[in-house]
Amino acid sequence: MLTQTENYQVETIRDDFPILHQEINGKPLVYFDNAATTQKPLQVIEAIGQYYLDINANIHRGIHTLAERATASYEATREVLRQFLNASSTDEIIFVRGVTEGINLVANGFANSILKAGNEVVITAMEHHSNIVPWQMACEKTGAILKVAPINEKGELIFEEYVKLLNPQTRIVSLVHASNALGTINPVKNIIEEAHKFDIPVLLDGAQSTSHLEIDVRDLDCDFFVFSGHKVYGPTGIGALYGKREWLEKLPPYQGGGEMIKDVTFEKTTYNELPYKFEAGTPNIADVVALKHAIKYIQELGKANIAQHELELLEYATGQLIDVKGLKIIGTAKEKVSVASFVIEGIHHQDLAVILDQQGIAVRTGHHCTQPLMKRFGILGTTRASFALYNTKEEIDLFITALHKALKMLR
Amino acid sequence: MAEVKTNINEVQDQIIDEFGLFDDWTDKYEYIIEMGKKLSLMDEKYKTEENKIKGCQSNVWLHSELKDGKVTFEADSDAVIVKGLISMLVRVLSGHSPNEIFSTDLYFIDKIGMTQHLAQTRSNGLLSMVKQMKFYALAYQAKTN
Ligand SMILES: Cc1ncc(COP(=O)(O)O)c(C=O)c1O
Repeated sequence: MLTQTENYQVETIRDDFPILHQEINGKPLVYFDNAATTQKPLQVIEAIGQYYLDINANIHRGIHTLAERATASYEATREVLRQFLNASSTDEIIFVRGVTEGINLVANGFANSILKAGNEVVITAMEHHSNIVPWQMACEKTGAILKVAPINEKGELIFEEYVKLLNPQTRIVSLVHASNALGTINPVKNIIEEAHKFDIPVLLDGAQSTSHLEIDVRDLDCDFFVFSGHKVYGPTGIGALYGKREWLEKLPPYQGGGEMIKDVTFEKTTYNELPYKFEAGTPNIADVVALKHAIKYIQELGKANIAQHELELLEYATGQLIDVKGLKIIGTAKEKVSVASFVIEGIHHQDLAVILDQQGIAVRTGHHCTQPLMKRFGILGTTRASFALYNTKEEIDLFITALHKALKMLR
Repeated sequence: MAEVKTNINEVQDQIIDEFGLFDDWTDKYEYIIEMGKKLSLMDEKYKTEENKIKGCQSNVWLHSELKDGKVTFEADSDAVIVKGLISMLVRVLSGHSPNEIFSTDLYFIDKIGMTQHLAQTRSNGLLSMVKQMKFYALAYQAKTN
C-alpha cells in the first residue's frame, strides 16, 4: 500500500503553479512566504481570465443572459463555500474583501448595536493587528473594555486565564484560529464551549487555519468565522464571513448602497435579507467566481492530505533549524500549522532576509502584524518560513543551505 | 546632474572601482557586511527618537552637524547590511558643502548593483536615509544663505 506522501504527487501539483518555476537572482525560487499569501493554481488564474472573456456582467440586476450567467457563477461560489465551511445555509455566507474587512464588519456591528460602556471584548495575546484594531475602535466608540487572554512561553493560550476573563459583561470573544506569527492552533472548540456557557458569541479569525485544517463551523459551533481567499490559493481582494443567522440578523448593515435593500422590480425578489444586507454595491464578482476554483483545488487534493504533507515539511524544517547555532524557534506549541518562526542570536532578521533573497529564498521577516506578540517575547521580529501544499523537502534543503551561507557571511 | 567632477563624485567612483573587483554577489555583500561591522559607532547620545529614520524594519539613526561650511554625518543601524549601505552614503556625502550634497546625483548605488535596496518594500530606510541627508543639506543651505 502506498503511504499518503507517496500518493501525494507534489511535482504534478507544482505544474499547476507556473509562478513557482522561475529564477530569482539566478537561483530557483523557493517560496516560503505562504502565510502572507499563497500562490494561485492555473485553474484560478484561468477562471479570472475566463470570467472577463465570457461572463462579465453586473449581478442580480439585469434580465439578460450574461447577467444571469454572472449571477449564477457568483452564487455558485457561495454554495461551494457553504459546503466548504459546512454552514447550514448560503444566507450565512457573506462575501468580504478578506479577514480584515470581515472583522471590521462584525466589530462595527457590535459597536453600533451591542456594546455599551463597561462591556468587555476578549481577544488573545497572539492576535494579528486585524483582530486588535477594529475592536479597539469599537471599544473607543462605546466605552467597552478590551481584555487580552495571555499566552505561555511556547506561544499557547493559557486556558485557565482565558476562562477567568469571561463574565456577564463579556459581549464577544474574538480570536485567531491559528497564529500567523507562531503557528499555534488554538483549542477553539473548548474556547467556544466556555464562552457559550455565558452566551458569549465567538469569532474565529481563520486567515491561517482555512488552508490547513478542516473547518466545520457547525461542529465548532463558532458564531462567526472569517477567512481570506488569497491565503487559500484564491485571488486577492476576496474572502468570506460566516455568521450564524441569528447573529447576522441581529447586526445592523455595515455599509449602505445598492443590493442591501429588497427591490420588488428586481427579478429575484425572493431573496431574503441575508446575505445581501451585508453586500452593498457591486461586489468583486470576478474574484468571487474564481475563488470556488481555489476551494475545489483544495478539496480535490483533500485537506487531510495537504495537512499531512505540510506537517511533514514543518517537522523536517524544524528538525534542521533547531540544529543551527544560536537559533531559537518562536512558537513551539504542541498543535501547529506549518509556520516556522525563529530568531538567531546576534543576527538581525532583516540582514538574513537580504542574504536569503540573494539565494532565491522568499521568507518573511519583521513583526508579522503582531507587534504586541513580539513585545510579549521581547523581540523586534522573527524570520518566518511558512509552507504550503506545493513546497518540497528539497526546497527546505535549499533554504537550510542558504541559511548556513547567510550566517557564515553575517557572523 | 553635476558635470564637474566634484569630490563627491570622486568618492562615488572609488566605491564603484572597489565593487568592480567583485564578480559575484557573495563578495559584494561580504564587503558591505565588513563595512557595516567597521562603521564607527555613533555616539549613544545621538541615538534619539528624533534622529531615528522612520519606516524601517531595523533601527536606523542619522545625526548631522554643520562645521566650517561642511556637513558631517554620523549614522548607525542595528542591521549590519543596512549599516554597510549607510556607511557608504556617509563616506560619499559627509564633509561636503550643503550645496554639493543637495545637488549630487548618487549614481554609485545603481552602478554597484544596490538599487534594489532603495525599493520601498525593503523598508530598510536607505531611501529615507538619502532623503533625510539631502533634507539636512537643504536646511543648512537655507540657514547659511
Ligand atoms: C492571522 C491573520 N489574521 C488576519 C490577517 C489579515 O488578513 P487580510 O490581510 O487578508 O485581511 C492575516 C493576514 O496576514 C493573518 O495572518
